[in-house]
Amino acid sequence: MKQQRMKWLFLVVTLGTLLALGGCKKKVAPPPPPPPPPPPAPTASIAVSPASIQAGQSASLTWQTSNATDVSIDGIGAVQANGSQSVSPSDSTTYHLTAKGAGGTQEATARLTVTQPPPPPPPPPPPQISDEDLFNQNIKDVYFDYDKSDIRADQRASIQADITFLTEHANISFTIEGHCDERGSTEYNLALGDQRASAVKNELTTAGINAGRIKTISYGKEKPFCTESNEACWQQNRRGHFVYQK
Amino acid sequence: MKTGTSLGVEKVRLAVPDFKPSTADPDNAALLKTFNDTLWNDLDVSGVVELVSKSFYPLQAPGQPTEVNFIAWNAPPPNAAMLAFGNLGVSSGRLTVQAWLFDVKNIQSPQILGKQYADASSDASARVMAHKFADEIIFRLGGGIAGIAESQLYFVSDRSGHKEIWAMDYDGSNQRQITHLGSIALSPRISPDGSRLALSALMKTGWEIVMYSLDLNRAVSFPHMGGTNLSPAWSGDGTKLAFSSSRGGSPETQIYVSDASGAGPHRITTDRGPDVSPVWNRKTNGQIAFVSGRGGLPQIYTMEADGTNEQKMTDQGYAVSPNWSPNGQFLAFAWIRKYGPGEPGSSDIYLMDIASKQWVQLTHDGGKNDFPSWSPDGRHLVFQSNRSGNLELWSMLADGSKVQQLTFTGRNTQPNWSWK
Repeated sequence: MKQQRMKWLFLVVTLGTLLALGGCKKKVAPPPPPPPPPPPAPTASIAVSPASIQAGQSASLTWQTSNATDVSIDGIGAVQANGSQSVSPSDSTTYHLTAKGAGGTQEATARLTVTQPPPPPPPPPPPQISDEDLFNQNIKDVYFDYDKSDIRADQRASIQADITFLTEHANISFTIEGHCDERGSTEYNLALGDQRASAVKNELTTAGINAGRIKTISYGKEKPFCTESNEACWQQNRRGHFVYQK
Repeated sequence: MKTGTSLGVEKVRLAVPDFKPSTADPDNAALLKTFNDTLWNDLDVSGVVELVSKSFYPLQAPGQPTEVNFIAWNAPPPNAAMLAFGNLGVSSGRLTVQAWLFDVKNIQSPQILGKQYADASSDASARVMAHKFADEIIFRLGGGIAGIAESQLYFVSDRSGHKEIWAMDYDGSNQRQITHLGSIALSPRISPDGSRLALSALMKTGWEIVMYSLDLNRAVSFPHMGGTNLSPAWSGDGTKLAFSSSRGGSPETQIYVSDASGAGPHRITTDRGPDVSPVWNRKTNGQIAFVSGRGGLPQIYTMEADGTNEQKMTDQGYAVSPNWSPNGQFLAFAWIRKYGPGEPGSSDIYLMDIASKQWVQLTHDGGKNDFPSWSPDGRHLVFQSNRSGNLELWSMLADGSKVQQLTFTGRNTQPNWSWK
């Protein structure tokens, strides 16, 4: 009971004090009228995209300002308050924008890094065509009629081209393979293939190609180029085939 | 034309009931089947006897002479003149066969043959015993000409992935690889004594004659000839080889003859080539047949072994692969006889009587048939044919009958029959 009476006393004293203080505040004088607001300060931003280019490429420079009457970018000059422009500097450049207005001056910068392009790859060395490639590109096989080993008239041009090439490339050794189509008998075809290879060799040696450069081998019908049973395929298989000798 | 098949006595009717087991060994059944099948086939393809169909046989088959009921065999329906019978049994791992040949029309003294064979028990030994007994019968009933049931065939097969030389029994059993050259091996020719194979193979230096010893199971030395060397052939006495060669820079292959060792090669054809595929007359060793393209398409020629007296044996089509009969009388060869546009162009096996140049066509069943080779008894030919859709080896009697396929795996070509 004694404590409750103390709380009541505390409340009464506090309220009295508050009322007394509140009555005092109402007696303060009114403030003077506010001064006019100062002109707003200009804002400015500038950006470049992309931030990095290779020399020769271009980037897009974009800026925004507000509250500015006089906007300029170093190196470009006076510009509109807002705008964008394509730039293509040859070296890295810092674009420095100055926006002046009644409220002051605001600056912004954007950095464009310009990298030098990698040096062009060195020109490829002049192609080194091997003898073997030259041989394969220039030499023409010689085709035969069925069961024949004499040089057909329409094969003369091929042989002449072969002779020309082999005369100009006197260091090349090679093998002439004699091949036959599938129709004949195994043993006779090997003999016929041997005769075909010899017939081509004879053409070359007669034209002055050294016989020591030339090997001959018969494959008869043992290693056909084509395995179908028709004349187109058989013709492919009746040939003297040149093979570069490493 | 008599081809030799029907020479000698008339074909006798021979009954061959299945042999009977003589022991209770569990292996008997399988070995009896091998023995009975092998014996029947040997006699069937021999061309010497007429086998009486088993459907005519009496129910009781003899396994011993005492069990023979003569009347049941020598009267119709079997009406057999001869009876081959016997028994087979395994005991302690040994296979024993007792076999008889009876003249069942001669009840007083019927026995013509009585044989006993014994060896370690195996399918192979049962097969060999059947071959031996068949050869005994064929020798007795075939006019004294030895049978061929133990002869061998050498041939080219690509079933290992390369063309290598293989061997097999004459009936197609027991196939086995001989060479392992890993390149291309062709044209196997077995020596008369069966000890060496001459062949042509693609070596680093080109096509060489290779001599392979079947005793040593390896190639033995043979001189490098130079050029392309093809199609070796043994003389009948085994002392010489003929072969086709473009040695010495020849623009065409020619026929050469050397010693069997390869020594002393000398050229015996002189006309234009290419000349290839020589074969000796083994009867005389005095003549050689060969193929030449000197006149265009290849034809068969004969000449003396010294190169004189050339004879053109065929004069049309595409004629290759001559093989001289053991009796010296015939050439078997492959011929596309009607050759040219619009012709079917099938290659068939033909037989030519050398003296008269009369020929007879032996194969008519389509496909390309090539490389005939005579059996040692002169009654059979083995050859290659693609009639089955695949290149396989076939055998037949020399009259074109009893055609049998011998190989079924891979491509098999250029068969060569052993000399005995």
